[in-house]
Amino acid sequence: MNYKMIGRYISWILLVEAVFMVPALIISLACGEMHGVFAFLETIGMILVVAGILFLLCRGARQIFYAREGFLCVGLGWIVLSIMGCLPFVLSGEIPHFVDALFETVSGFTTTGASILTAVEPLSKGILYWRSFTHWLGGMGVLVFLLALASTETRGDGFALHILRAESPGPSVDKMTPHIRDSAMILYFLYIFLTVLDIAFLLIGKMPVFDAVCTAFGTAGTGGFGVRNDSIAGYSPYIQNVCTVFMLLFGVNFNCYYLLLLRRFRSVVKNEELRLYFGVVLVSILLIAWDVRGLYATLEETFRHSAFQVASIMTTTGFATTDFDLWPSFSKSILLCLMVIGACAGSTGGGLKCGRVLLLMKSLVRSIRKALRPNKVQVIRSDGRTIDEQVLTNTNAYLAAYVIIIVLSMIIISKDGLSVATNFSAVLACFNNIGPGLEVVGPTCNYSMYSVISKLVLIFDMLAGRLEIFPMLALFTRAGWKNT
Amino acid sequence: MKIIVAGCGKVGMTLTRQLCAEGYDITVIDSDSNLLSSLVSRYDVMPVQGNCASLEVLQEAGVESADLLIAVTNLDEINLLCCLTAHQVNDRLHTIARIRNPEYSGQIYTLRDAFALSMTINPELQAAAEIERLLKYPGFLQRDSFVKDRAVIVELRVDEKSILKSTPLKNMSRVAGCKVLVCAVLRNGVAAIPDGEFVLKEGDRIFVTAPTDNLTNLLNSLGIITHRLRRVMICGGGRISYYLARSLLSSGIATTIVEKDYDRCLQMAQALPKANIVHGDASSQDLLESEGVRKQDALVALTGQDELNMVVSLYGSKLGIPQIITKLAHMENPQILSDLPLGSIVNPKILSSNTIVSYVLALSNKTGTAVSVHTIADGQVEATEFRLDEHAKHCGKPLKDLRLKKNVLIVGIGHGGQLVIPGGDSMFQLDDSVVVVSAQKKRITQFNDIFED
Repeated sequence: MNYKMIGRYISWILLVEAVFMVPALIISLACGEMHGVFAFLETIGMILVVAGILFLLCRGARQIFYAREGFLCVGLGWIVLSIMGCLPFVLSGEIPHFVDALFETVSGFTTTGASILTAVEPLSKGILYWRSFTHWLGGMGVLVFLLALASTETRGDGFALHILRAESPGPSVDKMTPHIRDSAMILYFLYIFLTVLDIAFLLIGKMPVFDAVCTAFGTAGTGGFGVRNDSIAGYSPYIQNVCTVFMLLFGVNFNCYYLLLLRRFRSVVKNEELRLYFGVVLVSILLIAWDVRGLYATLEETFRHSAFQVASIMTTTGFATTDFDLWPSFSKSILLCLMVIGACAGSTGGGLKCGRVLLLMKSLVRSIRKALRPNKVQVIRSDGRTIDEQVLTNTNAYLAAYVIIIVLSMIIISKDGLSVATNFSAVLACFNNIGPGLEVVGPTCNYSMYSVISKLVLIFDMLAGRLEIFPMLALFTRAGWKNT
Repeated sequence: MKIIVAGCGKVGMTLTRQLCAEGYDITVIDSDSNLLSSLVSRYDVMPVQGNCASLEVLQEAGVESADLLIAVTNLDEINLLCCLTAHQVNDRLHTIARIRNPEYSGQIYTLRDAFALSMTINPELQAAAEIERLLKYPGFLQRDSFVKDRAVIVELRVDEKSILKSTPLKNMSRVAGCKVLVCAVLRNGVAAIPDGEFVLKEGDRIFVTAPTDNLTNLLNSLGIITHRLRRVMICGGGRISYYLARSLLSSGIATTIVEKDYDRCLQMAQALPKANIVHGDASSQDLLESEGVRKQDALVALTGQDELNMVVSLYGSKLGIPQIITKLAHMENPQILSDLPLGSIVNPKILSSNTIVSYVLALSNKTGTAVSVHTIADGQVEATEFRLDEHAKHCGKPLKDLRLKKNVLIVGIGHGGQLVIPGGDSMFQLDDSVVVVSAQKKRITQFNDIFED
């Protein structure tokens, strides 16, 4: 067990966090919010001290790094990142309770967008910016960012692949280039490019600059923190449509964009996961539009709202332009379904991921055929390639862990006495990193009525959902920590 | 530079490790996905699963934009087809194929053009050549040559009878009777780059740089008996044995080969009519005794099993056979073996991988990069040869005025066909070849990196 190397990585994570807090500090300074300025300064100071101590303790670490270390490093790294990231909220006094602040920060980093705030508009600008920025950093992953920055000294080692695997969403991780560092750089390059494009389109729609940047961060990470109480509902239809399109774009596997850059259009068009993703989106929009046809004045409005909500839920963003809790049950059921399916693997979105759903369906079909014709030998293919049996086994194990965690979480938070629909949708919304659920946790409401224990359970769910369960579970197993 | 390695067996794996450390963009093709996934979790490379001779797989590996293809699967035919196919798609591509079947080795020059090969390697032939070199210069445990074979770095062990014992290094040339330089000392498993005040002790393994012409002198003055090699026994009748026996027999050395497979014995007897082929198990000491193992001048253990080779060599050294050579194919950690009297250790995969790496270095020869790199002293020290171009600093200055980095030493300067063992007043000039040893953590890839400023 290479604890020193884990410590080294965590101290680097903290350093990155401190650097990214500086823009928030500057915004606080520019807006004259002195309590925010002090909160950020104190936090940055504390982060630097902790990172410095860790760095000194972990001098002379061996470079060798295996899957176990990768999992622990990602799990611990995200917990430390969240604890440090919530300090500005506490120190500025804007979210005085520590667990509330932690919930808000974890919700930010895991790109969930579930809030405990009854109103966001009273928050100061610097704090609001930091709250939205956590989405952007959490979306692509802070460790992937570190790998992109990694010095050329470590070139040649494949150890970092364990980290990329543990932090990136999806059943199997493909490198796009021979070097991990280059792959991570391409991912962040695409991510930054799309974010800037989003900001530009929002600015064309005459959105205020601060709102545009924060909304773009929320969209890019598929997070869902807005800067207004009514999320996106108060903005013009143009802005809402821009958001719909960009949410869908950020829900696509980033490998597809890289293939587009390489001009390999055929492999993008033929990608089965992408087809499933857009197919589900299209069918859901049509079904919901038909279901809610009487609620809105015009056809344009009906389609705009249903498309926005479908995109928001499917990509696990969690913005809202209308209160879908008032929609008929059929539409709400479809939305619950979309919550589970989630975005594509390798995107910034959460959920079970389209790629996994595809594999699960295919292996279900195979099992049925196998029952009917026991001697038939079958392999599962996707995009013309045979899927490794190990990947299928992992996918099934993932589904089992997914269901067990949802059920256990639901039972624990039911103690607070809220309705079953609320609890179920709250767990689904947190675990799949969406944000708003139904009824009491619906798009116009928030999570403030849950008890401290329920909030801690939901915090765990959010982290487990973002990191794809195993890194979080590894923290709680003896095998993960034992030295042998 | 983009490199495709086709096949990740022993050579492919070693090659990937070495090329990865140089920082090239590497894609590895193999049909075994388990092998690939263990490779990719260790080295920063791109894995592609499939048959490397298929165009589709090669295209997936990015053959159009690659600079070099190294085909080292275990089948010669696949390697050839792979290079041929790849070259049809990309005619700028350099190709290296491993061709090991002796039946093909004769036609290699015709094959070269027809199959568009830039280079072929034959690990067994190379190992045989290396063993032959070791047999010709007994007393050296390891031998690496530089500057077009004009300079060598040889490994010697300082034992209790050695006249080198308790000698300060500044007197080394006088004791040795010719100009030599000790470039590294391995004491208790730790390598150091010594200065002139360093005193040798019993049990040290020293690495000496000398001009190739002086080797015989060096052997004589160090009291290492260079008895003429008359009889050699080879255990194991594989390809290396065949190549080795062929060249030993042609220089009139009596060769005995012990092989346990009868059919293989027949083949060897047909191919090598002058050799003494013995059918039997080399692990049987009775058999070795009856074939006169005590009378041999050298014992070479070349069976397919590392363990058996070690046992045979230990037995041979117990009997006091003057020279022993052991083949170890799976030598992951040579340090654990350094105390065993196994004689010289030969590892075919590292030999051929070194050859390919130096080809790659020469191919990507940017300004001042290394021409060839050898690792010595259990991998703790690197000996690197540079060819100086106009960017090299401090040309024409005496070495005593230069400030080199710690643990770095200039051990040889090749100047106009002559090799100079440098002293304080030596200097290097444009177009010279310079051999540098370093025991630093960070590998030296640029000549100018050796200087402190």
